[in-house]
Amino acid sequence: MANSDILKICYLLGSLSFIVGLKMLSRPDSAKRGNLFAALGMTVAIAGTILFHENVNSVTGEVSRIGNLLFIFGAIAIGTVTGYLSAMKVKMTAMPQMVSLFNGMGGACAALISLVEMNTHHPQEFGIRFIIFLGLMIGTVSFTGSMIAFGKLEEKIKDYGSKIQQVINNTLVFAILGLIVYIAQGDSTTDSLIWVVFAASAVYGILFVMPIGGADMPVVISLLNSFTGIAAALGGFMYDNQVMLTGGILVGSAGTILTILMCKAMNRSLWNVISGAFSANSSSGKSTEGLSISEINVTDAAILCAYSQRVTIVPGYGLAVAQAQHTCHEFEKVLEQKGVEVTYAVHPVAGRMPGHMNVLLAEADVPYPKLKEMDEVNPQLPNTDVVIVIGANDVVNPAAETDPSSPIYGMPIIKANTAKNIIVMKRSMGKGYAGIENELFYDKKTRMLFGDAKASLEKLITELKSA
Amino acid sequence: MRNFSTFIAQFKIRLNLLSMIMLSEFQGFLTSLDIWDICFILLLAIFLGIEVISNVPAILHTPLMSGANAIHGVVIIGSIIVMGHTAPDNYFALTLGFLAVVLGTLNVVGGFVVTNRMLQMFKKKK
Repeated sequence: MANSDILKICYLLGSLSFIVGLKMLSRPDSAKRGNLFAALGMTVAIAGTILFHENVNSVTGEVSRIGNLLFIFGAIAIGTVTGYLSAMKVKMTAMPQMVSLFNGMGGACAALISLVEMNTHHPQEFGIRFIIFLGLMIGTVSFTGSMIAFGKLEEKIKDYGSKIQQVINNTLVFAILGLIVYIAQGDSTTDSLIWVVFAASAVYGILFVMPIGGADMPVVISLLNSFTGIAAALGGFMYDNQVMLTGGILVGSAGTILTILMCKAMNRSLWNVISGAFSANSSSGKSTEGLSISEINVTDAAILCAYSQRVTIVPGYGLAVAQAQHTCHEFEKVLEQKGVEVTYAVHPVAGRMPGHMNVLLAEADVPYPKLKEMDEVNPQLPNTDVVIVIGANDVVNPAAETDPSSPIYGMPIIKANTAKNIIVMKRSMGKGYAGIENELFYDKKTRMLFGDAKASLEKLITELKSA
Repeated sequence: MRNFSTFIAQFKIRLNLLSMIMLSEFQGFLTSLDIWDICFILLLAIFLGIEVISNVPAILHTPLMSGANAIHGVVIIGSIIVMGHTAPDNYFALTLGFLAVVLGTLNVVGGFVVTNRMLQMFKKKK
């Protein structure tokens, strides 16, 4: 069997593993095996490329194998060690940033391939040139966009946007596309313009993500994820490489669907997210002047919980920041010992990524059946004695249902305000990620318990044990 | 209109052909790839992606995104190809290619390891 045939079989196995792996990843019981399966397929495809890939020179008919092996193995070794270490070390709370970072690496890789391909082969055909430039553009946008998303999640970069920016963005994207079509038609004399495409795309990536609110970063990361998929698929077009094509397109389409699903979970359109309407909207909810909040001390809170029949915990990002998931689980166990029924109400976008909160609570060994989804928990809330909101804000804000002028109007929420009592654990009266006031805190049934979530929970546990 | 119906007819034939070939003689099919076949792979892969993703429980959105993130690291193959066929004295291309392979590997390895870590937490402990 010729080398090229062995390579095709490797690619077939790789593509198959991606499809099956992705399918398995979408079911809880098989997800882990699915990930490993896809990783195995990737290894086969990469090893196959290094061992069996051949280029046939169309003029001389000369066959050349993969060279520069020392460099390739060196690069793979560096990438593997760095990638493995950073992935193992990252805290679960910082995971969305990490995914964004890795996504950016893939985008940059796609962009670099285009740059090198232009430099070494100077292709003349329109089709190939067009694909190379398009791959460069999408890869670069994905790279710089992911870096900005990373910075925003780390809270190092602030939201910045204005009405005119949308116009600039749209002009820029059409200018880049026009330039690409122009250079693609030309011969190698216009090759140096590739740097203009590169630079303009880099700027576009930054401007694209800049106005989008921090709370929308998961959607952006998912979108950029599918961009990188498309960039990889374009690479597949370039080299007639089936595994890049199937892998890239699979991620491209799956990523787009995932993005739309996330937008649906927030009841907003993708366009609404991209145009940054969230942060540009100056409305910060109803004025809360004249309303007062009431505080509760730890002892009273402990008594209130201990004499309840049903307690529901609504965890938010504040819980993750305080690293309080383990303490929270302990608190839940102590209450259960006292005969209180404890459940968790997890909002689809709690945390910084959909499902992020489930990952964090699972890390703390919280039994899976205790985690209830929003639709399941809302009808039960009027019969719930105490809802404890730990570091969550926007996902329990009643303004989403009552105030049409609110930026989060229409987003499905956990209706904490329907419960008999509400305890809100918060560090201060600061606003949530969406930057709007929350009427829930001023509700007559609400008591505030200020302080670090972890410290407060620990005090509650001590109180409960001594009672 | 006639053009359109011939197009549809051709499309059906193509689709039948493609599935036939894929089932029986995939080797012959693989060696005769042309731009049209690529377009059909493209089409099928798009629908496959949509099909595979729909009806995912919200708790798996993050691992799924992360897993998909690792899969598009397949772009590393392109960087290996471009690097492998670069002249050993073209330092510009070698440097960029080297960087591309490093970044691609980061994407693949980091992506799969992070996904694995996340999923490990869902494991039922007894």
